[in-house]
Amino acid sequence: MSTFFETLQQRFAALIQSMSAEHDEEVYLLVTDPDIRALAEYLRGEFEARLVTVFAEDRRSAEGVFHNYYVFERKGDARYLIVRTPVRADHPEFPSLSAELPAVNWQEREIQDWFGLKAVGHPNPRRVALHDNWPDIHPLRKDFVLETVLPPFEGERHIYRPALGEGVFQVPVGPVHAGTIEPGHFNFAVAGEPILYLQLRMFYTHKGTEKLFEKLPVHKAVFLAESISGDSSFSHGTAFCQAVERAAQMEVPLRARIMRTILLELERICNHVADIGAIATDVGFVVANAHASRLKEMLVSVNEQLTGNRLLRGMICVGGVRRNWNAVQLVSLRATLDAFASEFQDLVVLIDSSESTRDRLEQTGVLLPEKAKALGIVGVAGRASGMDLDVRRDHPYAAYGRYPFRVPIYQVGDVSHRMQVRIDEVKESLGIIRSAADEGLHGEFRAQVPPIPADRCALSAVEGWRGEIIHWIRTGPDHHLERCKVKDPSLNNWPALVEAVQGNIIADFPVINKSFNLSYSGTDR
Amino acid sequence: MFKILQRTIATGIVTKAYPAEPAQVSAHFRGRPHFDFERWQDAQPAADVCPTGAISLRDEGDSRRVIVDYGLCVFCGLCAEASSDQAVLITEEFELATPNRHNLILTAGYTLNPDRTHRRLETVRGGSGNVEADAESVGQKARETIHKVLGRSLAIREVDAGSCNGCEVEIVALNNPIHDIERFGIQFVASPRHADMLLVTGPVTRNMELALLKTYRAMPEPKVVVAVGACGISGGIFGENYASLGGVDKVLPVDVYIPGCPPRPQALLYGILLAVGRLGEKTLR
Repeated sequence: MSTFFETLQQRFAALIQSMSAEHDEEVYLLVTDPDIRALAEYLRGEFEARLVTVFAEDRRSAEGVFHNYYVFERKGDARYLIVRTPVRADHPEFPSLSAELPAVNWQEREIQDWFGLKAVGHPNPRRVALHDNWPDIHPLRKDFVLETVLPPFEGERHIYRPALGEGVFQVPVGPVHAGTIEPGHFNFAVAGEPILYLQLRMFYTHKGTEKLFEKLPVHKAVFLAESISGDSSFSHGTAFCQAVERAAQMEVPLRARIMRTILLELERICNHVADIGAIATDVGFVVANAHASRLKEMLVSVNEQLTGNRLLRGMICVGGVRRNWNAVQLVSLRATLDAFASEFQDLVVLIDSSESTRDRLEQTGVLLPEKAKALGIVGVAGRASGMDLDVRRDHPYAAYGRYPFRVPIYQVGDVSHRMQVRIDEVKESLGIIRSAADEGLHGEFRAQVPPIPADRCALSAVEGWRGEIIHWIRTGPDHHLERCKVKDPSLNNWPALVEAVQGNIIADFPVINKSFNLSYSGTDR
Repeated sequence: MFKILQRTIATGIVTKAYPAEPAQVSAHFRGRPHFDFERWQDAQPAADVCPTGAISLRDEGDSRRVIVDYGLCVFCGLCAEASSDQAVLITEEFELATPNRHNLILTAGYTLNPDRTHRRLETVRGGSGNVEADAESVGQKARETIHKVLGRSLAIREVDAGSCNGCEVEIVALNNPIHDIERFGIQFVASPRHADMLLVTGPVTRNMELALLKTYRAMPEPKVVVAVGACGISGGIFGENYASLGGVDKVLPVDVYIPGCPPRPQALLYGILLAVGRLGEKTLR
């Protein structure tokens, strides 16, 4: 292994128990102590490593302990570094990293709620994934039964921090919102028009997804992955299937990887163009949205042509894709893309030429780059605030290594630039799809799935249209899973919204929220 | 301003005439799986692969009941792939909405060969052809009353009671210029106090139950509840667990069920128009 790992091993000899590369994509570092604060700081300082995600696993029956996993990535290294720490069952505590790394604030609290492991020293250790009126349960512990019927709620659902001061009052909104959107509760503290402070309560759509993954055979679990976040069905489906494929150590045929790439980019364009229209709507430019939603329908029809489903469902499978494409389908894909490309350009000009629209979008909902970095913001929102991250480029999967594309990065971080990132990405995606469709698809589109060995771990990352999606699995016997960790980019990004709205007026909240367009269901699972 | 107008005129009218004219769907679209019970030699492989248990078997000695529930179906097409005898065919049908949950369930009784394949088809029940006449006419009456009171206009309050957001994507598409639900005098409203119809996607989570109930109670009478998608009808792939209560009818009386995962916009439109008595129901066979 490279000097990086040698340096690590020398420096943390007492802590590091062993190091192993299960696959080309990930290196596991097994350590002997749950306290990795020094190691984390060293990785972040010396190697500018980024902590991608933190999650836990109940291994009490097999190994007598819980495990925490800390996934790091380094610029220029396509492998993920996964640090595994033991957390004792009789002393279920681990030192929190949130004070130095606000990015894992919610994720550590999720471990507290779902596994009953205490994040010691957490600056805000209140519940996040279970509401305050839930009984004291830890659903992802192995001895908790999925079908448990819980007693009726008791007590306050949410305990909010008070907002005090002359003329300060609180505005509660949700969980049912004015429009056709997902549920969540927002508590605004305002002084007159400007927002002083926003408190979020999510997890209204929590439906036991990670626990349910432990019950379904893999081929059925693919459909559960497609239902984690409905507008990212194909991205989550791909992330899940890739994880299983890595655990099974199977090759996916090139043709399938190219087809996946095309579909992943179609999903990105569909959602980006819808968001561009929705952002325009939220500042009153309804005509632009009429065009944008018309353009989206063009693409959704192609989705149906290619996969039988408007949201690309039922196409991905472990080993490749479920259906082949004929020449007619590819011709219709190309024709639609051509028509779309020119119309999309017209739409961009239409929005650009509306000064009143630009005026509402510029300098609205600013997320400064230093805040984005501290909070670990990913995806579209990250790239609009200087975060130079894109899984497609940094950890190539599917067929992304074959097509050059530009990753747009801006430093301004306002609504306007979150929209600009989407506009740029649509153009790049069109290029990727055209190159991929021109490859002349040959060979198998689906490989036979070998018996999947038990007790294999695998991580998979996909750049969904919102940003970085992570699935991590441990396989069990009979093509079942022991654990499936799902991290939607929304989980990283909600705290960015809290930052971005501060000082803005409540009337601008909808457009700021829309410019992030985070998934509630992806967060809540 | 001139540019905006120019663009609008150049685009012309793009709205589709559904349901006055049939919907144009792709030849690859996966609608309702059709079961040829006479031909079906073995339902076991289809039941094994079905991700949501929409196809289930009850074996007793040498007899078997096959239960097909379109209220659980996610239209993945695995059952057709698994049945080598061409007994399961994927059709382009999507107009599956119905006021009666039972209408979505088909049951076939077989006697079995020693190798557990089907020897003979004994009975087929279900679909709207078989539903008790009274229940049907009560629903019909309610819809007629609603039609009388509300006339042809309708205000819808949508509530996501725990969905993955897939159904919301298609519900939002009802407002685009292609499907344009406002041409029917139907609009989505912000307040339940202004709403005649509650359009609910699910599964209903433990955390959303109260919000759903409060929204329902805030609506004036008469009101209609429509459950959307496999999850809204039955809990779908999530089913019932510590965090999910299952389908919408676990919490509220449901007037119309719209199958799909998610239902395409025309399927939603069909169900909504059906719920307010502006369309006749089709019979499943």
